[in-house]
Amino acid sequence: MRYAMAVDTKKCVGCSDCVVACQTENNVPIGYCREWVVEVMAGTYPQLEMEIRSERCNHCVNAPCVRCCPTGASHFSDGGIVLVDPKKCIGCGACIASCPYDARYPHPDGHVDKCTFCIHRIKNGLEPACASVCPTKCIYFGDMDDPNSNVSVVLKKRKFKTLIPEAGTDPQLYFLI
Amino acid sequence: MTNRRQFIKITAFGAGALAIGSGAYKAMAGFSSTTEAAKLTVNLTRTPTYCEVCFWKCAGWVYKNDEGKIWKIIGNDDDQHCNGRFCPRGTGGVGMYFDEDRLKTPLIRTSERGKQIFKQASWDEALTYIATKMKDIASKHGPESMALFTHGSGSSYFSTLLKAYGSANVAEPSYAQCRGPRDEAFMATFGEEAYSPEITDIRDTKCLVLIGSHIGENMHNGQVQEMSDAIDKGATIITVDPRFSTAAGKSKYWLPIKPSTDIALLLAWIHEIINQEYYDKKYVEKYCSGFDQLKEHVKDYTPEWAYGITTIAPDQIRKTAKEMANAAPAVIVHPGRHVTWYGDDTQRIRAVAILNALLGSWGRRGGFYRPSKQAVPSSEHPEFPTPAKTWSDAFPGKYSVASTPVSNALIDASIPENNPGFAIKGWIVNGTNLVNTIPNQANTLKAIQNLDLMVAIDTMPMEITGWADVILPECTYLERYDNLRVSPHRKPAIALRMPATEPLNETKPGYWIARELSKKLGLEAFFPFEKQEDFLDWQLKKIGSSLEEMIRIGVKTFEREADDLYFANDEAIEFPTDSGKIELYSLAFEQAGFDPMPKYIAHEEPPAGFYRLIYGRAPMHTFSRTANNPNLTDLMDENTVWINPKVAKEWGIVNDQYIWLKNQDEIISEFSIKVRITERIRWDSIYMVHGFGHAQKQMKRCFGRGASDTQLITKVLTDPLMGGTGMRGNFVTFITEKTEQEVAS
Ligand code: SF4
Ligand code: SF4
Ligand code: SF4
Repeated sequence: MRYAMAVDTKKCVGCSDCVVACQTENNVPIGYCREWVVEVMAGTYPQLEMEIRSERCNHCVNAPCVRCCPTGASHFSDGGIVLVDPKKCIGCGACIASCPYDARYPHPDGHVDKCTFCIHRIKNGLEPACASVCPTKCIYFGDMDDPNSNVSVVLKKRKFKTLIPEAGTDPQLYFLI
Repeated sequence: MTNRRQFIKITAFGAGALAIGSGAYKAMAGFSSTTEAAKLTVNLTRTPTYCEVCFWKCAGWVYKNDEGKIWKIIGNDDDQHCNGRFCPRGTGGVGMYFDEDRLKTPLIRTSERGKQIFKQASWDEALTYIATKMKDIASKHGPESMALFTHGSGSSYFSTLLKAYGSANVAEPSYAQCRGPRDEAFMATFGEEAYSPEITDIRDTKCLVLIGSHIGENMHNGQVQEMSDAIDKGATIITVDPRFSTAAGKSKYWLPIKPSTDIALLLAWIHEIINQEYYDKKYVEKYCSGFDQLKEHVKDYTPEWAYGITTIAPDQIRKTAKEMANAAPAVIVHPGRHVTWYGDDTQRIRAVAILNALLGSWGRRGGFYRPSKQAVPSSEHPEFPTPAKTWSDAFPGKYSVASTPVSNALIDASIPENNPGFAIKGWIVNGTNLVNTIPNQANTLKAIQNLDLMVAIDTMPMEITGWADVILPECTYLERYDNLRVSPHRKPAIALRMPATEPLNETKPGYWIARELSKKLGLEAFFPFEKQEDFLDWQLKKIGSSLEEMIRIGVKTFEREADDLYFANDEAIEFPTDSGKIELYSLAFEQAGFDPMPKYIAHEEPPAGFYRLIYGRAPMHTFSRTANNPNLTDLMDENTVWINPKVAKEWGIVNDQYIWLKNQDEIISEFSIKVRITERIRWDSIYMVHGFGHAQKQMKRCFGRGASDTQLITKVLTDPLMGGTGMRGNFVTFITEKTEQEVAS
């Protein structure tokens, strides 16, 4: 099993619904977030192009944050989901420094926090909160080892990219382009 | 115009209406977002609601956590407005409840207006104060001297109250400050409006034309969802906007039009579609009147003619006209929503309506569908007294096309110097922050100073509440029942809102407030049910449901009585216009003394060193309503002024710098605003999101964050047909540092 997510940049409108749904679902304190929206512009008026995408932890196969965590708080869970165990985390911040995607933040309770792929929901057969709320239905989630999963199907059909592939992290957050 | 609302199919109550899918959890392949309740019911309770963060009114569920506190709001899968997905504002609606700056108790002013000195009052004291003043106004000036400005679910209660009292002056700023021109233009053409939610069949369209309508930045939920579906299915999107909007970024054609010239483009499209014989001949012949006059009218409006005005190249105009024709009738030239721009807005939207008629999209799949609405009984009460005068007697002959009271006319009638036919002496303002809603703030404040009574009913301390004599704190939509949501859609449906929790502090539901006030005025016969839930149960039982059932399912969808979502082939249709046809040439407008077909009139251009002020929306805010919402200010806590890089270079302005804006009337923004240098805006315009720059200190999170466009909109281009306040005729320049004098002023 290998969980992954794909975000369709052709449909994402940058509304940030995913961000606020993640905050309420996961009780992320106000002022912090596990995901965010990026707008990339190219060209000059009126020859313009714009890409909008919703970003979060890439749940890398080769995760630098897991490798550098001194306490083992950062670890791989089912399906390759990268998690932080708040009980083990001492808040040293080594993982924050090592993440090429800036996906982690120091939680005011003293531990580091990040996207969990909503593991508590997927265990119950629900989609991650962000995927289930997105008004444009542009977030696809599923098991890469299952050829019929949402994410496998859409990655077969569409062109895609990952972010900072050169970091060698083998990210599992894909962007449909 | 005759009988105006016929397109809509009202499904009779009772009549064997069939509920579909309600409350049944649909199974989906793989992971499912639709089984929320089934899977997560442990320790959780959920109650139905429909959202009040914007007019789209998506139905959903409020979940509470183990401690019984409101946790999250999730869309109801059976709801056509949201299909189980709320927009960011609806998801962040929890913040309306938790906002610690909320109004908590009734307040009565103890000093002059504008100085915020209030004393806490009990409900009885506050309502007695209002009733006494209202009786006073009625005896001195007549009850028609009271006006209600209202927005949202409370409107129906306060409107009942005002009508019972003897005044029909009930204005919703969503008419004259927003969609009024569109409604009148569509009614003049098709005999019906474009409705809310709009009856645009976007999910099945092959071509969507957006003119200044920024779906994706306006999160009118169903439309955003359907636009995404249309993108998936390969629909062509054509966006006309001086700004590279989000929708422009998703479009095959972006036409970066020179602001204020849209009518020229529309006329050229009409010209091209007629001259190339792209129009739907059968449809036009069967359903439309005035084609020959229209053909004659547009004969000189060539793409070349429009090029000189709009800066859109003729081949772009031709290509896009062809795209529309190829897609027809599955094409939507979108009617827009906030359309009060230049004062000729009804005529501009008439051109939009005419274009749709020529393409045969009205009543066709992928164009505009025929909505259907569930009929629900209303409670029985005595007949309303007939008011001696109504809003139109204040300025006889003005805005004769307006089908509902014009808010700005009521404001003008509150200022004695305007010599109104009768004077407005008291206002009730419910759920609308008039100071930031109506352009020309000085005029609004002047009107307020002339009133004998000003009551503000709101959940938050807004700018407008600071000017009230009495402030009544309403509880949020998460703490109250409201009337059933009965909106037109593809299928008739109803939705229930009920309290997820008790009202905080001394806040009360609108229904309770209106009813208690009616008692003090001796008008309680107009509110026969003491509790709103008793009324709802009575009403629901009449249509074969019950409060108990609705609490369980939240939304009940019925089948249409007939399979008539679209016109049938060769269906004989009598349109509810004067001629019974779709009027390309408007007899009603002609009769009222206005142009029967739209004309292009050049508008004023920005003087040197000034830029046209264009404002719009951000997906995570609904104007003042969400300005202080903790969850939503977390996503966006100030607006920025978008400036083209060439302009910024000329001015030596850099990104993230804070500057002030000064308009053509020397009005300087009260607060500074952060610069965003971006190619996404034309060099002759600047852009900012509406709803920021709040001057109300009691909204701690949003006070002084960003600048208010309304403050800079002092020039109003009023639509002579229906009184709409055109707001895009204002120009601003930059002030990089405020001099002492300017700071003092
Ligand atoms: S909710 Fe969907 S459309 Fe909105 S920003 Fe997130 S991914 Fe994009
Ligand atoms: S998967 Fe869950 S935790 Fe991760 S960004 Fe989406 S909502 Fe947040
Ligand atoms: S569109 Fe958004 S704000 Fe409007 S009713 Fe729906 S969820 Fe609420």
